[in-house]
Amino acid sequence: MSNAAVTTATSSRATDAGKSALARLGAAFVGRLVIIIPYLWLLFFFLIPFVIVFKISLSQTAIAMPPYTPALDFRDGISGFFAQLRQLSVDNYTWLTQDALYFNAYVTSLIIAAISTVLTLLVGYPIAYGMARAPATIRPTLLMLVILPFWTSFLIRVYAWIGILKPEGLLNQMLLATGIISQPLIILNTYTAIFIGIVYSYLPFMVLPLYSSLEKMDYSLIEAAKDLGCPPTSAFWKITFPLSLPGVIAGCLLVFIPAVGEFVIPDLLGGSQTLMIGKTLWNEFFANRDWPVSSAVAVILLLLLTVPIMLFQQAQARAQEQDK
Amino acid sequence: MTRKALWLSATSAFLALFTLGAHAEDRVVNVFNWSDYIDSSIIDDFTKETGIKVVYDTFDSNEILETKLLAGGSGYDVVVPSGNFLARQIQAGVFQKLDKSKLPNISNMWDTVLERTAKYDPGNEYSINYMWGTVGIGYNIKKVEAALGTEKIDSWDVFFNPETLAKLKDCGVYVLDSPADIIPAALKYLGLDPNSTSPDDIAKAEEALLKIRPYIRKFHSSEYINALANGDICLAVGWSGDVFQARNRADEAKQGVEIGYSVPKEGAQMWFDQMAIPADAPHVAEALEFLDYMMKPEVIAKSSNYVLYANGNKASQQFIDKAILDDPSIYPDAATVQKLYTVLPYNPKTQRIITRTWTKIVTGQ
Repeated sequence: MSNAAVTTATSSRATDAGKSALARLGAAFVGRLVIIIPYLWLLFFFLIPFVIVFKISLSQTAIAMPPYTPALDFRDGISGFFAQLRQLSVDNYTWLTQDALYFNAYVTSLIIAAISTVLTLLVGYPIAYGMARAPATIRPTLLMLVILPFWTSFLIRVYAWIGILKPEGLLNQMLLATGIISQPLIILNTYTAIFIGIVYSYLPFMVLPLYSSLEKMDYSLIEAAKDLGCPPTSAFWKITFPLSLPGVIAGCLLVFIPAVGEFVIPDLLGGSQTLMIGKTLWNEFFANRDWPVSSAVAVILLLLLTVPIMLFQQAQARAQEQDK
Repeated sequence: MTRKALWLSATSAFLALFTLGAHAEDRVVNVFNWSDYIDSSIIDDFTKETGIKVVYDTFDSNEILETKLLAGGSGYDVVVPSGNFLARQIQAGVFQKLDKSKLPNISNMWDTVLERTAKYDPGNEYSINYMWGTVGIGYNIKKVEAALGTEKIDSWDVFFNPETLAKLKDCGVYVLDSPADIIPAALKYLGLDPNSTSPDDIAKAEEALLKIRPYIRKFHSSEYINALANGDICLAVGWSGDVFQARNRADEAKQGVEIGYSVPKEGAQMWFDQMAIPADAPHVAEALEFLDYMMKPEVIAKSSNYVLYANGNKASQQFIDKAILDDPSIYPDAATVQKLYTVLPYNPKTQRIITRTWTKIVTGQ
């Protein structure tokens, strides 16, 4: 819909300028090209890889190169290809329903991701709010501080948390020295450590969209609310928060989606009892060498994440239409 | 950028591609080995002696290596998988048979090791041993002495006996996150065949491991190196070489942490890292030259002296540092070697049972 609008806009501008038909065609072509690039990107880096993974999920494991069958190649010509096509089956998906392990792993991952997202929002919102209200001269510096951690490897930053959280680590030493606790706290290898790790690692992804929506807000609205006798708390809930909602949603999605499939943070900071889908996938792929089942796990995970988001976006679009 | 400049850069990119192709006629060998696993002067010497350039790349898990090999077209000429991975990869058709006529130094190899590697690679047709070691118990000498009243650990009993392990719970116990290493050890401790694939036996091993599960802080296959070296834990069931690495790091740090390693008297698993040539290797002749060079006694001894692992080259032993050769945790005495066992790869069905059992032990689900 918007693509057509851009194309029409480009071509109509060209007509107004009174250029030759050739130039008009050229402009339209460039306009199309600009639009087509994102689609090509999605095709090559999302759709085709997904189709390959989906295809593997319908195969059976084998001790061979590649380690599944059928390989779906044209070695035996077109008819051979179709014969192989008939060997595909949904057995691996049936298998996922037979062992409660997979269901539990999905649920645990979703819960951990949801809790972490809420925590990240609670920590990130005041930071973003403070940044948006700070004097314009120091905002670039604050923005820089949020982005700065990205300059160090993610893995090293997670490793650093081991040094902070372990029983003889910095945090415990500090708390013991100040006499706040008398016994070292066991934080490392627990769910608490996973939450700390995720909140820390994904905080910039929450702060940046929040900041961009809060910064655009017109603060005279708050002044107006104050003039009309609205207390600051209700002004926040009635004006600031609803206006920042697009930022809240974007931030939450940016944190929630990668957190569901998170593998490194639970592996390094969490205890061995943590059963998340990332680890289950690892086990299927590397320990069982079962590429088909691990592909099935990955496909379900993808559906689990994209379907609710698409439904949500549709509902939002419908709500916007109604507003108009 | 102008159109002309674009054309120029495109042409130069093409030219670069072609020249790369031409350079491929220079002799090259692409080696993919474990990280921290060679004295780098060996590579320089090899290039000096033969004129073959070595492109040396490293990995840190068999799984990563296997994934690359099974996907095909890895471009590597020499890779170093562990024995049980090698066996399955041979079955999958990943490797090519070695042309022994190009490997005169093969006569230096040690029959005791050859006998065992033949279980993974019948007739040793596809691979050559690089290093070998054991799966045993690494421990913090002072902490264990404080908890148990003795610093002598020589039996699996310290790990599989719930009463003993309970005493070590608070100072920390780590275990390899690797069912193929731990379940056979449990079977051995129970007096069963470590290679058993019977579901009954696996269930017995599961029971034994569930009894000690509450006293294990973490299952992880690499973190224990740092944890031991820093004195964060007092016991880890791990690979010999990793424990030695922890011992060296602890010595360098001079924080008073002393690490010991024990090969349990009931018997421990022996592992082997084997050099092999992928079937689709682009530089086979160079790869064979590299393998033959690595079988020179003084060369492989230099590697052992550096990485502190035992190798499968009998003739190299005269060049190995006395301290390493006499260390029973690296080169166990003949009687202990007799008790060391090897574990064969599981078939896919058993592998699934083993992985599922392991998930139950580790996560409780």
